[in-house]
Amino acid sequence: MQPLERYASLLSDFDAFRAACDRPLPSVVRVNTLKASVERAREALDAEGVAYEVTDWHPGVLRLDERGPGTSWPYFHGWLHGQEEVSALPALALDPQPGEVVWDACAAPGSKTSQIADLMDDTGLLVGNDNNLGRLSALRHNAERLGVTNLAVTNQDARNFSLKPFGDRTEQPERIEAFDRALVDAPCSCEGTIRKNPDALDRWSLEHIKGIVGIQKGILRRAIQATRPGGTVVYSTCTFAPEENEAVLDHVLREEDCEIRPWEPPEGFETDPGVTEWKGEEYDPSVQLAHRVYPHRNDTGGFFCARLEVMT
Amino acid sequence: MSGDGTGENASSTPENDGQQFDRLPATADERVVPGRPSRQEVVSWWAERYEISPETWDGHTFWEKGNGKLWAFAADTVSPTDVEGLGMRILRARQEHWKPSTNAVQRFGREATKNVVVLDVDEATRFAKGEDQELPRWDGDWGYVIAAHEIAGDSEASETPRATGEAGDVEPIGVGLYLHGELRSTVPKGRREDLS
Repeated sequence: MQPLERYASLLSDFDAFRAACDRPLPSVVRVNTLKASVERAREALDAEGVAYEVTDWHPGVLRLDERGPGTSWPYFHGWLHGQEEVSALPALALDPQPGEVVWDACAAPGSKTSQIADLMDDTGLLVGNDNNLGRLSALRHNAERLGVTNLAVTNQDARNFSLKPFGDRTEQPERIEAFDRALVDAPCSCEGTIRKNPDALDRWSLEHIKGIVGIQKGILRRAIQATRPGGTVVYSTCTFAPEENEAVLDHVLREEDCEIRPWEPPEGFETDPGVTEWKGEEYDPSVQLAHRVYPHRNDTGGFFCARLEVMT
Repeated sequence: MSGDGTGENASSTPENDGQQFDRLPATADERVVPGRPSRQEVVSWWAERYEISPETWDGHTFWEKGNGKLWAFAADTVSPTDVEGLGMRILRARQEHWKPSTNAVQRFGREATKNVVVLDVDEATRFAKGEDQELPRWDGDWGYVIAAHEIAGDSEASETPRATGEAGDVEPIGVGLYLHGELRSTVPKGRREDLS
């Protein structure tokens, strides 16, 4: 079975969706403004004759004409980071502010983490966690290359994340007891990466999805618990399956004191609302405030993103 | 595993525990762990070696993890802490000649006005590739220097204050080791690029 056929009922223009999934993705870089302004990075690319097109929704996200961002001086200096276009979305939804305390629960290899650090002006405290020790070296390498210095890297199971390394439940003045914001860019079935990895669906199975949903729920619940009342939690995946998206939100809305909040992507970036019904299940109506990103809308990978507020 | 609290060590002299991050003492007078540099010594080292002003570091705390590996962190947290990373590794100390990291020089080296070797296009390309090269024209100090070059893009017009360079407007590439008329590139393998 072709897994993507499941979503024919969600899309009136399913053929365009299927066609987009078969096209390779362009190489995209994000300008790292911790090290260079967008103008300066663009001038340096121009001077080297590297051709690119600015995305119509983000001046610092550039589509390169040729593949591979590696071999240019601006890249060497850490002014650019290779990052899939759609993956710039969750950090914007999180909207972290300079000086805040922010948690990235599933941080490696660090594209979104370093974007969050950039938005925080490299101030405050950013905790980048990943349960995979092997992937942590990529996270550290990328963050340091991009000049990030406000990042603390931890290696915990995000479902039981402990703030103990930061002095929780002590009397120390520097202790941290809750986050202002948290990003849960959850492990998922990765259906939306099919344009980047043509074999992404080779191991697809409903059993696998059922297994991973438990992890997603556990991490999102922990993020809500670890975030202060009034704080923001963003949930994102790179997959289409409602089981991993709206159903996870629906579960957390019932189990934790939180609400989904409206959030609009930048102008020029087109999304579809979350679905409230799937395979006989009905979800909380507020999941419509979440954003589904289909590859044919903006010529990107597939994605899902929702913004929640933690209640008192 | 680190236990609760500070741990009861029977030995009288505290030692550096390479598995955790410890905040550097502010001054030598406050030093408890032998051999651990103080914050003041680190700030002075950057100022003396590269004329990077001490205020550059006002927003950062300094930490040691491993033997002499020093980190700059843009926040403060409890000390010690057993996290996997804390800010950026900036310096290797506890050896005769302290060695700055490529990433530190790229991030903080724009402010340097001393021991900055400005390379031309071909020299910069060789340096980024990790190659050593003869450079007899250098008449500054021997030892670890900041290799830099001019790069297109007007940093003065930058909208980002941090991206403006005061000192001759060159961009640091990395750390060179200058000895006997030769500039050795210390760009780590994972950062080397063929930009020719």
